[in-house]
Amino acid sequence: MARGLWPLVAALALGLLLPLVLDQYKLYVLSLTLVYVILAIGLNLTLGYAGQISLCHAAFMAFGSYAVAILGQHGVPFEAGLVLGVVLAFGWGLVLGFPALQVKHHYLAMVTLGFNIIVFLVLRNWESLTGGSFGISSVARPAWGPFSFKSDRAFYYYILAWAAIVVASAYWILHSRWGRAFRAIRENEMRAEVVGVSLRNYKLMAFAIGAAYAGTGGALFAPLLGYIDPGAFTLDRSIQFLMMVVLGGLGRFEGPLIGALVVTVLPEVLRGSEGLYLIIYALSVILMMLFMPKGLVGLWDLAWRFSKSATSPSASSASPR
Amino acid sequence: MALLEIRNLTKRFFRLSALSGVSLSVEPGELLGVIGPNGSGKTTLFNCVTGVLAPSGGHVLFRGEDITGRSPDIVYQRGVARTFQLIQLFPEMTVLENMLVAAQERTGTLLSRLLRREETRETARARELLEFLGIARLEDNLASNLSYGQQKLLDFGMALMPDPQLILLDEPMAGVNPTMIKNLMGHILALNGRGYTFVVIEHNMEVVMSLCRRIVVLSQGERIAEGTPAEIADNPLVLDAYFGR
Repeated sequence: MARGLWPLVAALALGLLLPLVLDQYKLYVLSLTLVYVILAIGLNLTLGYAGQISLCHAAFMAFGSYAVAILGQHGVPFEAGLVLGVVLAFGWGLVLGFPALQVKHHYLAMVTLGFNIIVFLVLRNWESLTGGSFGISSVARPAWGPFSFKSDRAFYYYILAWAAIVVASAYWILHSRWGRAFRAIRENEMRAEVVGVSLRNYKLMAFAIGAAYAGTGGALFAPLLGYIDPGAFTLDRSIQFLMMVVLGGLGRFEGPLIGALVVTVLPEVLRGSEGLYLIIYALSVILMMLFMPKGLVGLWDLAWRFSKSATSPSASSASPR
Repeated sequence: MALLEIRNLTKRFFRLSALSGVSLSVEPGELLGVIGPNGSGKTTLFNCVTGVLAPSGGHVLFRGEDITGRSPDIVYQRGVARTFQLIQLFPEMTVLENMLVAAQERTGTLLSRLLRREETRETARARELLEFLGIARLEDNLASNLSYGQQKLLDFGMALMPDPQLILLDEPMAGVNPTMIKNLMGHILALNGRGYTFVVIEHNMEVVMSLCRRIVVLSQGERIAEGTPAEIADNPLVLDAYFGR
């Protein structure tokens, strides 16, 4: 338990202090990273823990983004839009959970992929509501009476607060009996059912909660950029989330934090290399997957084991293997 | 009233009949043996009772309630636990977690399983059972790191975890060394003495004959005989089924 918590506390401390030294652009990248952390945590719950593939995380995200953008145009407070977006995403997550009861793996991937494309087309063509291809501009940032989060730094801390809430709630869920039931389904679905785990209840919840987190991330994404259009919620984006979760370490709690950081920051770091940056980026992702199949969290495990065996030589020899 | 009553159970896979009209009943506190040659439908029978397979016909009654075709989680929650011929565990979970997951869905609501975190009673019960089975010192090991025999014991322990009314054991002795067999038989008899009801599928005749007072014989999906070990041993139909004419 102690080992699981202290990296999170360190991450929070870092998150609180970093804005003091970052310039505006780097602060924006860090804000975006936090939004992606929220989204990746949701996908990690659905895919990493419960083992249900979802390629429509960007579509769930769109519910949050469009809810705050559209309601914001009518002067509704940001938080109300966020709640509506989360509820919509949760509801659609439940709906998408039903196919997961019937089909698995590649077939479920196809179903969710199809859903992402449908949502994208609806966003593009329902012009009266979504603004079509032009999207919605000047999405307002939250304000509580005279106190507003309009400045980049203030909004960064606002996002950080939500990220902390998401991390804490995900930690609670995954360390409750639900988390254990999710892992049981991932590891041996038939056996899980034979020890009383209701596949229906837990698969629907895994989808719906993952989607609700995506809705939360989406709601924060829109005012961070200030404008949204359907192009932000394509299948490409969903695959990007998949990459964050896999790269970080599937089914590992810290995985999405590291994955989101790498996938968001690495392209920015490589931007200086101009035309080469996509190639370097792709290569480094391939290499990471080749040499770290358990994700970047796997490195952390190695370091932990190394430090443990260095301090107490008996610990490594006690291993029954 | 019988604890478990199977009436005319039929299971067809396409045109192949795996079970044809099998009936049998299990009384509370009994230790019933089910034997038969390979492919005689024993495991299919367990699968149909526990909801892993939906029967093509017939009925399964547990404590008088018709549970035919109910999903496995419902059957489990009613009080029927089982083990598997090919061990089924959660390999990347610890021994203790395997035990706890086997108990957590038995009672309470879905929401209570999210909100209530403490599991003192369940953990104590899991440790007590692991102690009873002699694998308590392995509780923090991943299930996949256990030896075959230890996995078999864990599978058995998981079936005991929810304190079920009926336990179906599918070849508990297969692939287990003689010392462990004696060990397991002792466990089964001790638990039976405490009032647990068992149905045991077993190929090892010596084991079945000494464990069970009543035995049912299946052959090619049909029930061909039933009786005491002595009656079964002398039954020409049973000899035919095993050795052919």
